[in-house]
Amino acid sequence: MTDTPIIMREQQYERIVSVLSKLRFDSSSRVVFLVDKNGQQIAVQGDVSNLDTTSLASLAAGNVAATGGMANLIGEKEFPTLSHEGERESIHICIIGRSLLIVVFDERSSLGLVKLRVKQASRDLSTVFEEMTRDSERKSASDDSLFAGITDEDIDSLFN
Amino acid sequence: MTFINYASREINCKIVYYGPGLCGKTTNLQYIYDTTAPSSKGKLISLATETDRTLFFDFMPLELGTVRGFKTRFHLYTVPGQVFYDASRKLILKGVDGIVFVADSQEERMDANIESLYNLEENLKANGYDLLKIPYVLQLNKRDLPSVIPTADLVAELRRKDEDVHEAVASTGVGVFDTLKSVAKQVLTELRKS
Repeated sequence: MTDTPIIMREQQYERIVSVLSKLRFDSSSRVVFLVDKNGQQIAVQGDVSNLDTTSLASLAAGNVAATGGMANLIGEKEFPTLSHEGERESIHICIIGRSLLIVVFDERSSLGLVKLRVKQASRDLSTVFEEMTRDSERKSASDDSLFAGITDEDIDSLFN
Repeated sequence: MTFINYASREINCKIVYYGPGLCGKTTNLQYIYDTTAPSSKGKLISLATETDRTLFFDFMPLELGTVRGFKTRFHLYTVPGQVFYDASRKLILKGVDGIVFVADSQEERMDANIESLYNLEENLKANGYDLLKIPYVLQLNKRDLPSVIPTADLVAELRRKDEDVHEAVASTGVGVFDTLKSVAKQVLTELRKS
């Protein structure tokens, strides 16, 4: 495989959630998401009761992948930020390493404010990601045994 | 790349349905979506043209149950089959954990199958994967149509390694879940090994 698997510990998850929570408050936004570049949701903060978060995460990843493809075609490595402005709701996406920070906001905020706050949050998140990458590279023996213990019966039971 | 979340105790895997245009990739997903309990699935997202051809991808999350206390969630994707959407296909393969190649059994689509399979190998290589090493299943779809090639001939032509081969009629669901089970099992087995 090309990438090492990402393994997120509970403590790192809590730190990510607190950065997202602060970002949401500081930027007066509706919802803040963190997803990986493959569209897997890592964490979310805000009112998501009317929002299909899984689909949003996968579409955002597709969106970033598509614009990244366009960037390559014109000789750019990637477009680090993407913004989509609607009549009432808008979305701002920022690429941070292997992850995407997605901010959904309305007229109570502005793109300028969101961009400014996202910049600050990106730095905090980068620190956590570096730690996660280090951790993932040296998985502990206990993790190995956890999944090594999966039996054929365990797998079969999923389909019964 | 499998995503393991220890905090919420989840394992997330990405499975991609690949194959030539009109071979039934979206139909596979549609059948899984239609027959799965609402509690186990999310929305089926289709980014399609006005004539219902896949433009970028179809996507649906599927929860299968727990393994060792971890919720297993499979993210099922299809690629656009039409030849000129190759850039999109390459992007969708990023981070893939398992692949289903959906072959169209009709005689007149044999060349398209071979071209698509070759394209899959190339695009996997471009993303740093090897078809011979990645969890992979071959589905022979549209077995109910009159002009199908015998199974043995299709296998001889399209089988790349010792992968499981499933005959299917995706429109009625024949072989759809056998195919999914086969690839999901390989992905989880891979997780055990890694």
